[in-house]
Amino acid sequence: MTDPVRGLQATIRQIVPIPLHADLACGRGEVLALVGPSGSGKSTLLRCIAGLHTPLEGRIACDGETWFDAGSRVNLSTARRRIGMVFQHYALFPHLSALENVLEGMDDPGGTGSRERGRELLRKVHLDGLERRRPHQLSGGQQQRVAVARALARDPHALLLDEPFSAVDRSTREKLYGELAELRRELKMPVVLVTHDLEEAVMLADRVSILSRGKTLQTAPPLEVMERPASVEVARLVGLRNVFEGRVLSHHRDRGTTVTEWNGRRLDVRLQEGFPGGARVAWVLPAAGVLLMPRDRPTEGSRDNIVEGIVGRMVTLGSRVRVPVYVHGTDEALLTTTVPRHLAESYALAEGRPLSLRLRGEQIHLMPPDDTPRDPPV
Amino acid sequence: MDWTALILSLELAAATMVVLLPIGVWAGRKLAWSRFRGKALVEASLALPLVLPPTVLGFYLLVAMGGATPLGRWYESLFGHQLTFSFQGLLVASLIFNLPFAVQPMQRAFEAIAPEVREAALCCGMSRLRLLRRIELPLAWPGILSAMVLIFAHTLGEFGVVLMVGGSIPGKTRTIAIAIYDRVQAFDTTGAGIMSATLLVISMLAIGLSYLITAPGGIRRHD
Repeated sequence: MTDPVRGLQATIRQIVPIPLHADLACGRGEVLALVGPSGSGKSTLLRCIAGLHTPLEGRIACDGETWFDAGSRVNLSTARRRIGMVFQHYALFPHLSALENVLEGMDDPGGTGSRERGRELLRKVHLDGLERRRPHQLSGGQQQRVAVARALARDPHALLLDEPFSAVDRSTREKLYGELAELRRELKMPVVLVTHDLEEAVMLADRVSILSRGKTLQTAPPLEVMERPASVEVARLVGLRNVFEGRVLSHHRDRGTTVTEWNGRRLDVRLQEGFPGGARVAWVLPAAGVLLMPRDRPTEGSRDNIVEGIVGRMVTLGSRVRVPVYVHGTDEALLTTTVPRHLAESYALAEGRPLSLRLRGEQIHLMPPDDTPRDPPV
Repeated sequence: MDWTALILSLELAAATMVVLLPIGVWAGRKLAWSRFRGKALVEASLALPLVLPPTVLGFYLLVAMGGATPLGRWYESLFGHQLTFSFQGLLVASLIFNLPFAVQPMQRAFEAIAPEVREAALCCGMSRLRLLRRIELPLAWPGILSAMVLIFAHTLGEFGVVLMVGGSIPGKTRTIAIAIYDRVQAFDTTGAGIMSATLLVISMLAIGLSYLITAPGGIRRHD
């Protein structure tokens, strides 16, 4: 968990212009990704931290210094909050060279050693030799690097990145990911990254915070959010398709198993005692937990569930194939799995053909049946 | 050639530019970035001198600055002479009829600066003054220069308002435009021609200079 004094903490509440009910904590040296669809409030949240937007209620503090507190009417100006910010379209000063842009980011641009430090920062982002270029003479990726160098020039107490990779092409983006991952090892301040791209967040962040309609839904390490979403809404937002309703039947601590019922079928899942027997639940299974049954009848895992069904309309996505299966005995619920193309071919998968699947009980995760908040399952 | 009138006109144009520069920058920024009640009304009022006949504007200014009004009496008690028919009165009139030429180009120039660029400057820790000096003014510079050239050329050429407010007192309120009219009235077409040509050359130089400096590929350029 993050240190309550070191790092960045924010609690934001407002109703207009867009509703926000967000909580955020980011430790020093940690990268926290704010992820959500367009209009989820993630950029507004970042702007609140930067002091570019004043929320109605809440508190923002960094390294023990209060930047904003609606209760005691503290509201430091943007210039007085020691932040470094990288804007979506970089917002470089168009009339200044790359080096001058970085110098303007410093407290004392004309001070002794400033120019040398500016050059050093540009070297760090692999822009040596381009110091005198104006922004319009630089490529998108180079502009982004200048923006990062400028944001770091002030030795910020928090680094804020507002969709910094969205304006460059894919190959440049991949390269910049690598550079940021490399750079972040040297960064000692909290880093907040706003993105709508979950993959990007998984790659770069220590923890992700899922936002929807201005509300923080879950903050956890990327893998946990992907495999153990706190709610059905989070599961849908992170792109999980296999979300179903069911009922808890019993818990078996000795076997580490919770037995559930899914549309008349029995499902053995990982022990999750947070839901009492008889409780209605939602459950989710990541695509990786849906396996094709090997044709030579294998030994199965203790909590695995064998189901049979009929293949629906398949979709080929590059080297992988998305296979929907209507599962027998469950009111023909539609389960989706993704398999490599060669596997789909060797199994001769085709629409309308029967298929046996193994649902990995270890990976089945139970959630409250709707979006009302409740204690997370243990 | 009425050199006194030419110098008076140049002085009036220069004084108008000096006074309107800060006013234009302030009002241009305000109108570009602030939203407030009655903004449209303010903008419309500022544009009024563009459409009002100069004699009408001149008439109202004459009445407003005359000895019968509180403004006129206040000025007279302070400086010992009337505001009308003086260089100072001419300057006040000149400031008012030049307001749209100062504010509008500057407003457009400030509007063209991306809000993100100003926000980035704040994130860099810049003070408002530094933001103005290092970012806003350099970026809005072509618009500010255009405004200055327009004010200069327009002040040199203004006739109706100047005649109404200042009359034609040699060395005091007779500008070059009025001097040309007086020469024509006196059938001195040669004198009028020389002065007109001088005004033409000065105006062309001013406009040419502004295009040279602000046009793409010019001496200085912002992208």
